[in-house]
Amino acid sequence: MGLGQTLCACLKGLNVIALRKACAVLMVVLVQILRSHWSLRRLSLGGGAEDVEKPNDVTGPVSSSEPGQSESAAVSSGGPVAAPVSEADEPAEAAAGGAVSPPDQCDEELVLRPLRSGDIYASFQFRTQWDTDFLHHGKKVSHYRLFPKSLGQVLSKFSVRELHISFTQGYWRTMQWGQPFIPSPPGAELWVWFHNTVEDVDGNWKELVNVLSGIFCASLNFIDSTNTVQPSASFKPLGLGNVTDHRFLRYATLPREIVCTENLTPWKKLLPCGSKAGLAVLLKSEKLFHSSFHSQAVHIRPVCKDWQCTSTAWELRQTLNVVFDIYTSGQGKKEWSLFKMFSRTLTEACPLASSSKVYVDVTDNPEGELFDLSPVTPLLSTAVVLGDRRTYSVYDLTKKETFGQLRSLNLVLRWKGESGDMLRPLLHAERYVAGFGLQTGEIHTLIYNNHPYRAFPVLLLDSVPWYLRLYIHTLTVTSKTRENKPSYIHYQPSKDRLRPHLLEMLVQLPPHSVTEVTVQFERALLKWTEYTPDPNHGFYVGSSVISALVPSVVAMDTNSTQERPLFSSFFPTKEESSYFVRVYTEPLLVNLPTPDFSMPYNVICLTCTVVAVGYGSFYNLLTRTFQVEEPSQSLAKRLANVIRRIRGVPLL
Amino acid sequence: MASIEAEKQRGKYAALAIAAVVILLGIPLWWKTTETYRAWLPFSQISELDSLQLQLSVEIEVVFSRGTLSPELQSKVPLSQTREQENQVDGKTMLRYRYETKYRTATIMEEDALNQPSAEEADLSLHMLSESACGSVVVYIIPESSTLLPADMNVYVGKRRTALLRAAPFEGAAGLKEVLSSLEPQVKQVADTMSFSHQDILAALSDRIRIGQVSKERLADSMRAIKSSPGYEITFSLLNPDPKSHRLHWDIEGGVHSYIQPLLDKLSPLANFSVDSQILYYAVLGVNPRFDSSVSAYTLNADSLAHVINPVEARLGSNAASSNPVLNFLLYVPDAQHSPLFIRDHSKKEVTSNAFHSPRWGGIMVYNVNDMYKPEAEFPVDININMAKVMGVFLAQLRLMLGVQKTQPPPGFVLQSPGSAGLADWELDRLMWSRSVENVATASTTITSLAQLLDQIGNIVINDNIAQQVSSAVTSLQAAVAELEAGNLAFALQYSKEAILASERAFFDPSLLHLLYFPDDQKFAIYIPLFLPMCVPIMLSLLKIASEIRQRRAEKLAKKD
Repeated sequence: MGLGQTLCACLKGLNVIALRKACAVLMVVLVQILRSHWSLRRLSLGGGAEDVEKPNDVTGPVSSSEPGQSESAAVSSGGPVAAPVSEADEPAEAAAGGAVSPPDQCDEELVLRPLRSGDIYASFQFRTQWDTDFLHHGKKVSHYRLFPKSLGQVLSKFSVRELHISFTQGYWRTMQWGQPFIPSPPGAELWVWFHNTVEDVDGNWKELVNVLSGIFCASLNFIDSTNTVQPSASFKPLGLGNVTDHRFLRYATLPREIVCTENLTPWKKLLPCGSKAGLAVLLKSEKLFHSSFHSQAVHIRPVCKDWQCTSTAWELRQTLNVVFDIYTSGQGKKEWSLFKMFSRTLTEACPLASSSKVYVDVTDNPEGELFDLSPVTPLLSTAVVLGDRRTYSVYDLTKKETFGQLRSLNLVLRWKGESGDMLRPLLHAERYVAGFGLQTGEIHTLIYNNHPYRAFPVLLLDSVPWYLRLYIHTLTVTSKTRENKPSYIHYQPSKDRLRPHLLEMLVQLPPHSVTEVTVQFERALLKWTEYTPDPNHGFYVGSSVISALVPSVVAMDTNSTQERPLFSSFFPTKEESSYFVRVYTEPLLVNLPTPDFSMPYNVICLTCTVVAVGYGSFYNLLTRTFQVEEPSQSLAKRLANVIRRIRGVPLL
Repeated sequence: MASIEAEKQRGKYAALAIAAVVILLGIPLWWKTTETYRAWLPFSQISELDSLQLQLSVEIEVVFSRGTLSPELQSKVPLSQTREQENQVDGKTMLRYRYETKYRTATIMEEDALNQPSAEEADLSLHMLSESACGSVVVYIIPESSTLLPADMNVYVGKRRTALLRAAPFEGAAGLKEVLSSLEPQVKQVADTMSFSHQDILAALSDRIRIGQVSKERLADSMRAIKSSPGYEITFSLLNPDPKSHRLHWDIEGGVHSYIQPLLDKLSPLANFSVDSQILYYAVLGVNPRFDSSVSAYTLNADSLAHVINPVEARLGSNAASSNPVLNFLLYVPDAQHSPLFIRDHSKKEVTSNAFHSPRWGGIMVYNVNDMYKPEAEFPVDININMAKVMGVFLAQLRLMLGVQKTQPPPGFVLQSPGSAGLADWELDRLMWSRSVENVATASTTITSLAQLLDQIGNIVINDNIAQQVSSAVTSLQAAVAELEAGNLAFALQYSKEAILASERAFFDPSLLHLLYFPDDQKFAIYIPLFLPMCVPIMLSLLKIASEIRQRRAEKLAKKD
C-alpha cells in the first residue's frame, strides 16, 4: 500500500490524469495483492484523527469587561444641525462605565500539526460571533462592527440560513495526512440552506452565486442548474434550526476552479483585523500557495448564544488550511519554524480578538523523544478531536510572556528520531474511471473501512454531470466480493442541459473491508458551442462526498485504564463513541468524444460540392436538348472508301 | 425538326422554372433561416424623443388679503392668467415654461391666519387651512402696513409651499391690469425661488447641452450632486487605524435615526435610500500627514486630500446587495501617534469642521480624540464619539450630494429654516422639478443611443423582452413629458423614474451582448462552394435565353422591313 502511495506522491506534481488514473488502478491492484497481508497485520489505529470542532478546552474566559456601547448622548430630535460645524459643546465622555458584553466578538487560533510524512499542517480559524438576527423581518440589520458588511448584506438579502463556501487547491491525502479538521473537495464548493420563507429558491441561488463570485473574485458564476443538486441526506444544517426540507438546500461544486491570490485577498479582507495584526499576518500569499494543499473557507451559521440557547447568534467562521511540504522542499531536513513556513513571526494578537491562541499537536511526543519544540510552553491541553485524544501545547498570544524577550514568537520544531508509520484513517475513499474508448465507461468508487471489528453506515453522494449518462441499472455495490444492498437510495436522473445526476445512498460498510460502488455510463456528444476552450483536457466530475459517523478511536482503546477509573470505562460513552466525518474523493477527469473543430467547414465544403455536382447534372439533364447525331463512319470504312475513290470503285 | 424545336423550348422553360424556384423559394428560405431575430422597436417615437421639447407648467395662486385691493378691483377677481416663456436651448432641446396664475381674494379664515403675530405662525395656520398640490406655489399679498415681515424685507418664504409678499400700495394704478402687471415681476421671482429657475433646469440638462450655457455656480452644484437614480446606498464608515489605543464606540443607529432619517423620509418620493454603517480597523489614509510644530499638530493640506480616498476605498467594499450608487461618509479617528490631525484649506487655514467632501462620492471627517485621554489613561482608551458633531457635518455633506442646494435668496427675501424635517416642501419641489427633467433627459438619451446602436449593428438580436422594455420606457417618457406639461409634478417624477429604470434595463440587458459575429469574408467562404456552382448554370442559361429573344426580335424587325 505504501508503495502505491509514494508513487502517487511522486506523480502529484504532474497534472497528467492518465498517470493519476494509472496510479489509482495500480493501487487497486496492490490492494488486491496486499489484502492477505493486511488481515495478518495487527491494526493499531489512532493516528491523525481529529474533530471538526476545534480544540476548545482551554479557551480563556470570554472577556466580558469591555464596556459596551453606552447610552450615547441621546440627541433630541428637536433640530438636526444643518450647519457644517456644530460646536462640540459636550466632549464625548471617555470610557463610560457599565460592563455590557459586546454584541459581537471574535476569536482566532492556529493549529499546527506535524505530519508523519514530515509535512506540516497548519489550520487557521477565525470566528466572529454576532448576536443579531439577519432574518428578522421588519427590522433591517445595517450597522456592522466586526462582522463584514458585505456578507451580512448577502445573508439578509437572500434570506440565507447557512452558507458554506470553500476554495481548495490540491487534494487532501487522507492516507498520508489523516483527517483534516474541516474537509473540502478540490476546486470550489458551495452549499447553502435558505430560510424556509424563501419562495423562489432557484432565483435566490442564482443571484447569490453571482454576488459571491464578485465578493470572492472567483468564477462561481459558472454554477447553474446543470451542476446544482439538492442532496436529500448528505448535507444537513450544521447550525441551529430544524429545517430539513431539502427544497431549501443547494449544493454545487466547481472542481475545475483554480484558487490563487485573488481569492485570498478578499478572504483576508473579511477578517476584523485584516492582515495587519494577529495571526493573519502570517497569511502571505507567496508562501501559502507554495504548498501541497491550500484550502480556504467561509462558514456562516446560526448558533446558540448561551448555554440555555435562549437566543441565537450568527457565527462566521473563516478557516484556512494549508499543508507545507517542508520535508521535500527543505533538502530532507525535518525541521520547521513559523518563519520558515510563513516568512513572518508573530508579534501580537489581534487587539479585537477576545482570544488568540496557537496550538501545536504534541500527542506523539509526550516525553520529547520524537521532536523538540521551542519555546517550551507550560500550557498543555487535551481534547478529543476526531475521535482521538490529542495533546496540544498552547501559546496564548494575548499574554505578554508568550512572546519572550524578543517580543516575537517563532515556534521551532526539530525532529529527532525517525517518525513511525502513519496509521491508517478508519475511513477513506478513492475513485477512478475505468473502461476504454470514447463511448462508455465505468465509475468506480472504493470506500475503505479500516476499523477492525465495527461496521458502520456511510452516506455516499455522487453528483455527475448530464453529459455522462449513467446507466443506473448497472449500479453495483460489493463488499468482500458479496453484494451489499444499500438501505437507502435516492436517485435523480439527469435532464440534458438542465440538471445533473444525483445519486445518494446509505451503505453499510462491513468491518475491515473495501466496498466498491460501480456504475456504467455513456459519454454524450456535446453541441459544438458547449465544449470548453480546451476540450481535449477533459471534463471534470466533482468529488463524491462520503459522510459518516465513524466509531471513535478513544472508545476502541482498550488499555486506557491507567488514565480513567475502571467504573467509567465499561460502556463506551455516547459523545465519544463516534464522530462525524466527511471524506471527499478525487475529482474525475473524463474525456468526451471531441470533434475536430475545423470539421464544420470541411463538412460544409464537402456537402456543398456534392450538392453542386448533383445539382449540375440534374440541371443539365433538365435543360439541355438532346439530338440524335448521325453516327460517323468507322475508321476502317473511311479508309476503304478512300482507297475505293482512288480506284474509281463506287463507295461503300 | 419540329420535335427538336419543341425539345429546345422545353429546355428553356425548365431553365426558367428552376430560376423562378431559386428566386421565389430559395432566396426567401435562405434569408429567413439566416436572419437574426429583431423585434420591432418604436423607432419613430424614439426619434421624436431625441428632440426634447419640454413644457413645464407651474400653478401659482396669488391671494390678495384685505387692504391690498380697492373694493372695485376686488369685484373683478377671481380671474386667471397664463404666461408662457420659450427658450430654445439648442437645436434639439427646447424648453417652455408656462405659469398659470390664478388671482383671488383671501377667505375669512385666511385673513384670520394672516393676522397671526408672526410670519411663522401665519405660515403654519395657512398650511392647516388647505394643502397645496405638489409643485404649486401660493403667494399671499399682504398690505404694506402688515407687521408679519421685518421692515426691510418684502417676501417671506415659509416651510411649505406658501409665500407672503408685501406689496406696495397700488395707488396710481387704476385698473386691475396695471396692478397685476406691477405685481408680476415679484411673483415671478417668488416662483423662481420656490419651484425652478431657468438655470436650474439647464443644470439638470447639463448632460445634453453644451456647458457654456449653464452658469458656473449651478454647474458646480450639479456636478457635486450624485446623478439621479431610483435608489441610493448611504454608508457610514468609522475608520479606526489604531484599535490598540482606541476603542471607539459610536451610536450610529441613534445618530442616523435622529439626524439622517428625517431628511431621507422627506426625500422618499425622490428615491429609495438605504443606510448602513461599518467599522473598519487598521484602515489608514493614503497620505502621511505632515507635522506642523507651530501648532504641534499634524496637518493635511488641501492639495493632498485628493490622494486620501483611493487606498481607503479598497477597504470600503462595494454593496453586495444592490447596484445603486453609493454615498460614503467616513469618520477617521487618527491613531494616537498622529493626532491631532487637522485639515487645511488652500489658504493654509484650518478647516473648522475638519471635514471635506469629494463630489459624487461622499465625505470624510477627521475626528481627533487626543484631548479625551484622561491623564492616567492606559491604552486602549474607550472613547464615545459625539454623534451630534459628526452627524451635523455628514448631514450638510449629504444635502450637497443629494443636490439640495442652499438657495441664495434674492435680496429682500426671508427663507424660513426648514426645522426638524431638514427640508422645506418647496425645496423638495425644486429638487423634484430638476430631477424629473434630469431623468427625462437621461432616459431619452439612453433610449436614443440604444436605438441608434441597434440600428447601426444589424447583427444584434433584439429579443421581445428588450422591445418591451424599450416601448415601456418610451411610454413612460411620453407620460412624464405629458405630466410635466400638465403640471402634475409627483406623477411626472414617478413616470420619469420608471422611464429611467426601463431604459437602463434595456440598455444593459446581457442578451444584447450575445452577438455571434461572423465577418463577411467568412460568410462568403461558406456560401461560395454552394452558391457558385448553382448560380453559374442558371445565369448562363438565362443569358442565353435573353440573347435568343433579342435575336428573334431583331429577325422580326428585319422581316418587317
